[in-house]
Amino acid sequence: MVSVLDRKLLRDLMRLKGQALTIALVVAVGVANYITLRSAWRALGDSKAAYYEQYRFGDVFARVKRAPDSVTDRLGEVRGVASVYPRIVEEVLLPIDGMLTPAHGQIISLPSHGRPAMNDVYVKSGRFPEPGRGDEVLIYEPFANEHGLRPGSTIPAILNGKLHELIVVGLALSPEYVFAIEPGGITSDDERFAPMWMSGTSVAAAFQMEGAFNDVVVRLEPGADEKAVLIGVDRILEPYGGLGAYGRDLQISNSILEGEIAQIEAEVVFLPGAFLAVAAFLLNVVFSRMVTMQRGQIAVIKAVGYKNSTIALHYLKMVCVIVLFGSAIGVAFGAWLADAMLDLYAGFFRLPMTRGRIDLPVAINAVIASLLAAVAGIAFAVRSAVTLPPAEAMRPPSPARYRASPIEQMPGLRRLHQTTMMVFREVWRRPLRTVLSSAGIAFALAIIILGRFGKDAHGPILDLQFGRQQREDISVIFKNEVANRGLGYLAHLPGVDQVDGYRMTPVRFRLGPRWRDSVLIGLPPDSHLRRLFTRQFQPARIPHSGVLITDVLADILDAKPGDLIDVELKEGDRGTRQVRVSGTIDEAFGIQGYMQKSSLHGLLREKPTINTALLRVNPEREAELHRYLTDIPTVQSIHRKRTVLERFEDQTRKTMQVITLILTLFATAIAVAVVYNNARVSLSVRSRDLATLRVLGFTRTEISAILLGEQAIQVCLGIPVGMVLGTWGAKALIELQADPEQFRLPMLISSQTYAFSVVVILAAAVLSALLVRRRLDTLDLIGVLKTRE
Amino acid sequence: MPEPSPSSERTSILTAEDVSKVYQMGDVQVHALRGVNVPLYEGELMVLLGPSGSGKSTLLNILGALDVPTSGRVLYRGDDIAGHGERELTNFRRDHVGFVFQFYNLVPSLTARENIALVTEISKTPLDPREALELVGLTERMDHFPAQLSGGEQQRVAIARAVAKQPEILLCDEPTGALDFKTGIRVLEVIDEVNRSLGTTTAVITHHAPIASMADRVVSLADGMVASEQRNDEKVSPAELTW
Ligand SMILES: Nc1ncnc2c1ncn2[C@@H]1O[C@H](COP(=O)(O)OP(=O)(O)O)[C@@H](O)[C@H]1O
Ligand SMILES: [Mg+2]
Repeated sequence: MVSVLDRKLLRDLMRLKGQALTIALVVAVGVANYITLRSAWRALGDSKAAYYEQYRFGDVFARVKRAPDSVTDRLGEVRGVASVYPRIVEEVLLPIDGMLTPAHGQIISLPSHGRPAMNDVYVKSGRFPEPGRGDEVLIYEPFANEHGLRPGSTIPAILNGKLHELIVVGLALSPEYVFAIEPGGITSDDERFAPMWMSGTSVAAAFQMEGAFNDVVVRLEPGADEKAVLIGVDRILEPYGGLGAYGRDLQISNSILEGEIAQIEAEVVFLPGAFLAVAAFLLNVVFSRMVTMQRGQIAVIKAVGYKNSTIALHYLKMVCVIVLFGSAIGVAFGAWLADAMLDLYAGFFRLPMTRGRIDLPVAINAVIASLLAAVAGIAFAVRSAVTLPPAEAMRPPSPARYRASPIEQMPGLRRLHQTTMMVFREVWRRPLRTVLSSAGIAFALAIIILGRFGKDAHGPILDLQFGRQQREDISVIFKNEVANRGLGYLAHLPGVDQVDGYRMTPVRFRLGPRWRDSVLIGLPPDSHLRRLFTRQFQPARIPHSGVLITDVLADILDAKPGDLIDVELKEGDRGTRQVRVSGTIDEAFGIQGYMQKSSLHGLLREKPTINTALLRVNPEREAELHRYLTDIPTVQSIHRKRTVLERFEDQTRKTMQVITLILTLFATAIAVAVVYNNARVSLSVRSRDLATLRVLGFTRTEISAILLGEQAIQVCLGIPVGMVLGTWGAKALIELQADPEQFRLPMLISSQTYAFSVVVILAAAVLSALLVRRRLDTLDLIGVLKTRE
Repeated sequence: MPEPSPSSERTSILTAEDVSKVYQMGDVQVHALRGVNVPLYEGELMVLLGPSGSGKSTLLNILGALDVPTSGRVLYRGDDIAGHGERELTNFRRDHVGFVFQFYNLVPSLTARENIALVTEISKTPLDPREALELVGLTERMDHFPAQLSGGEQQRVAIARAVAKQPEILLCDEPTGALDFKTGIRVLEVIDEVNRSLGTTTAVITHHAPIASMADRVVSLADGMVASEQRNDEKVSPAELTW
């Protein structure tokens, strides 16, 4: 049988249903948020660990021009190295019918027997190529899906200048291509980039690499000093054209994946916590009021012999019902949302994802956390009511103490309307509640900004990067440097309107003990098709002498303008040159350095050359042009700006729409709950006053203004604070971005985003206020005057 | 200070012995009771008389263990309960005392029957809530919420609630204070009936002197002290009261 106290509980809850529901929704949002983030974090993290383990992802990686196989043993002797796996990796063009520009392949050699010792291949369908079958390949599954390739399909590829017809024997993934970016690319592109695996002897034959390797994967011994290994490997590979060894942290796929995981980890602490804090605060507001109203009831229940603990439990149960109801919605919603988020991730991160049903411990943690937050929220109110001696509780609470608010005392405001004064005094009577309510509103508004500002930053930065900075339509990267006059040849190809070129060379920048492998770009002084801009959209110039480096690189090196840094060349005489840092540039992409083209030639001790050509083309003849470009044997890759841009926009837009929608909904739940609950409590506290005013002849509008004025003030205080908070949060998120060495969003929040967030909050506030106002219309004038508080 | 008259034939069930109560209101000390000695004898109906603010409620609350004295002792069958902790006081109230308050203090979200069940659920030898309502003549209003009852009906439910656990002691603080004359009489009749038929030791507070004639004994308080004590040889039934 349901005890009488429990019956009271249910009836009280029914009376509170609007408030209980809005608070439960905030709890639901917090729980859903936690479950989503935790599940995503877990799924990505666990899948990554399992995948790396099972497919023997390496610890250290290095490219080299050409090293004889015998070097492998020497690498194995480096202290800390457990094993070494040499490979051949070659860039190839895939001139697929129907594609304007050829796709880019990256061929990786397979051992002549057995599976790769490291960076193994996960064959999802089909089989490994037969050893010695030079025409059989495994191909990256997402690429195959884009092009409708299946085991048995063929694909054209230009290997070392010769066109081959390759047979796809299997579709595969690999731990080194969880997020597949081609060298020099800015994002993954399933349609245009294809890692491929081929029998090692065949790759060696096609590229004249017999008895040699140009890529090496290293496994470390447990507890090895990675930095020492990097130095040791570099020293051995140096004479063979080593391009610099790096660890997992700079392996691009891994670094993007880990960046994402780290970002979720940062959010998982902060976001759900904030939602629960709001829920706890609202429960405090609502329960403080309820307990005050029920002082007399509590006293009676105690007087007839109920224990303090029974009564405390009664209120705790009530809050538990609300929280558990919210949690149930949150768990269901969170399970769905987590699934949706993992689907989204599955489009970016290609790894076998272990995603079970809802993660029970995570859900339980979320529910326990909400319960604790809720109990903390009401503990004080319940404790003070329950410990009051019953005799005391039986006396009506002494009238609330009002003070003149300081606002009224400001000169010029002396003659405030009485009703306005009532509003200010109410606000002033509970400054903490006003502050916390405003904080809740501010938080909601900040969340909307955070969900939307990415859009603001992306548009302009893409315009900048692909409009004003990269002014070409097509860039052509050559395998080796070509003489400047090669540009003259390109200029005469059909459809080419304008040609420009620059020299880019891989280098290691070093200052003292710090170093980083990157590229140095030499731009001609009159470069029409390539200009520099900062992330703040300011044009930048390359100084006459010295090197201009991106500020991220400057941070890595701890270099300031004026410092002399070492530039270790990776081609030519591979010497080390000292160059002065003449400035830093805050760019959106990459960590490169810039010099005058002529200075770079001086550094390399070479004649004027280029290795990247930039073309402006007539769109009508573009197709014709590409046929010529593909036939040039020295071309390594061809990049069509528009394609890259569309791909990038497409990827970001999809993600952002979802995030904006979800966060806006979350924020709305908070704003509604804050305004509605405060207004309801305020109505409960003041219905007598308001009814009295109505009896005295005030209109409904006037008393609405008195009641809702307080909420209006809270919202008005919350809005600017929320804007500031959102702006800070956006800054913090930019810092936390997945891979800051790859891409950095500019700090930019449009006025539309601010306006949007304010409109959403105001709409939520007005809606909630109207719901409460409806109750004013049915205010029982006589009844209210009779009820004793 | 008048001494309570010694009573050899009656045993005191509950006694306030030199009880003082001081409320601290900010900087001001309010002396609500100043050394009060009041016994409550088994089976009697005592009326506690005195002007508003004289300390009647304070005394009753202390006798009923709703509050604790600042100094002095409260003896329940010779055992001092004043020094007891929260838990013992709660158990004392639960097992021995029934309360009726001036403003009824029914739980508004519970029906008449449920308000009574609130008490019977935790007592050892309760009446059925229905029986209790029968006692106050309100069985037909059993499933009404307090807001659907008149003041007098609410007070009768409150009395039913107080007697439903068959307490040894019934304490009523101005039970007629919020009621009109006729309804007040009806409520006093119920209290008188409970005292007579169940033999429940009863104390009734009032600031209204005529009510005193229904008592076995009248104690008057003034300014926190016992001003007089008197035994009625002729008890008047409530129906005959006039004021
Ligand atoms: N909780 C309290 N805090 C402060 N003063 C109190 C409190 N309860 C009672 N008093 C004061 O103690 C005195 C006696 O009160 P009370 O016992 O209620 O009188 P009565 O019931 O006879 O009208 C009064 O002056 C009253 O103001
Ligand atoms: Mg009183």
